[in-house]
Amino acid sequence: MKELWQLFITFLKIGTLTFGGGYAMIPAIRRETVTKRGWTDEEGITDCIAVSQSLPGAFAVNVAIFIGKQVKGIPGAAVACFSLVFPAYLTILIILMFLGTVEDNVYITGAFEGIKAASVALILVTTVQLGRGILKTKTAWVIAVISFIAIVLLSANAIYAILAGGLIGYFQYQYGKRKEVGDR
Amino acid sequence: MTLIRLLLLFFRIGLFSFGGGYAMLPLIYQGANELTGMTTEEFSRLVALSQVTPGPVAINAATYVGYQYAGIPGATAATVGVVLPSVLLVFIVSLFLVKFRESEAMKAVLSGIRPATVGLLLSAVVFLAQGSILTGMQLNLLPVVFFLVVLLIAGKFNGDPILLTVVAGVAGALVIR
Repeated sequence: MKELWQLFITFLKIGTLTFGGGYAMIPAIRRETVTKRGWTDEEGITDCIAVSQSLPGAFAVNVAIFIGKQVKGIPGAAVACFSLVFPAYLTILIILMFLGTVEDNVYITGAFEGIKAASVALILVTTVQLGRGILKTKTAWVIAVISFIAIVLLSANAIYAILAGGLIGYFQYQYGKRKEVGDR
Repeated sequence: MTLIRLLLLFFRIGLFSFGGGYAMLPLIYQGANELTGMTTEEFSRLVALSQVTPGPVAINAATYVGYQYAGIPGATAATVGVVLPSVLLVFIVSLFLVKFRESEAMKAVLSGIRPATVGLLLSAVVFLAQGSILTGMQLNLLPVVFFLVVLLIAGKFNGDPILLTVVAGVAGALVIR
């Protein structure tokens, strides 16, 4: 019960206080689930990002379900998903029913510009911190650089970058095995 | 019937859109246009609103279209519909991952996927910087200041992302407008 309550509070907080969705939610999700709650580790959250990106649907929703399931099975996934989604749903309803146009309000657009600039910095910091733990070999660096270049300069779909990384990892492992046998 | 149609439409959108939020918008536009005859002007309002409101863009968009079409029940049906494929697919994949996580081959695959994900995150930084701290090749002064301050606080002093987001929002409302 305690874990379900913690999942509820954590994802409600993330769902209410992060804007723009997707990657903008990653720094908060990592901070709340890895650093504060210890539900998963740096590798676990990276795997979760990769899986969530490779599956269809809203990215942050996939992440919430993935972590909720890991913490407390099916009820955990249901609670995490609901509490992440509910603030987004409720805000839109309130605006449509009672407020009318808020998106042209100068204070709102100003707030949004500030938040956007902050999330660029937050995601950059998250990337560097995760990278420190993960980019420990030359191959890892090569994969990261290729994936970055493919996505940014060649506009490759992120799924292909993830698949390619997985294939390189697998072939390296097979090659290593064969080499071991050959050395014997 | 209306609600089932909405649910199925958004289930389809949730199932066939890869790449999350923004990648779902074209499909959501098609669906909304089909159902409610939503115009491009109204759709751009939807997009703007989804960005400035909390939570995933796809959820905001589903709630919006559902409400316009069939009130609160419609908003609920569309939101449930867009989330449902995620629930099913994440379950299947996480069962698979738990089962094979300890296998050597899976570890090797993950050891390649993790660095690719780091590259992917860095590319998200580049994309998000465009239109925020950068317009084309030109730096936008105030957003750059926000960026640098948050970078310093988060990077050097390990500042809380949620707290920094809220503070940046309040400061932005006061300064950037």
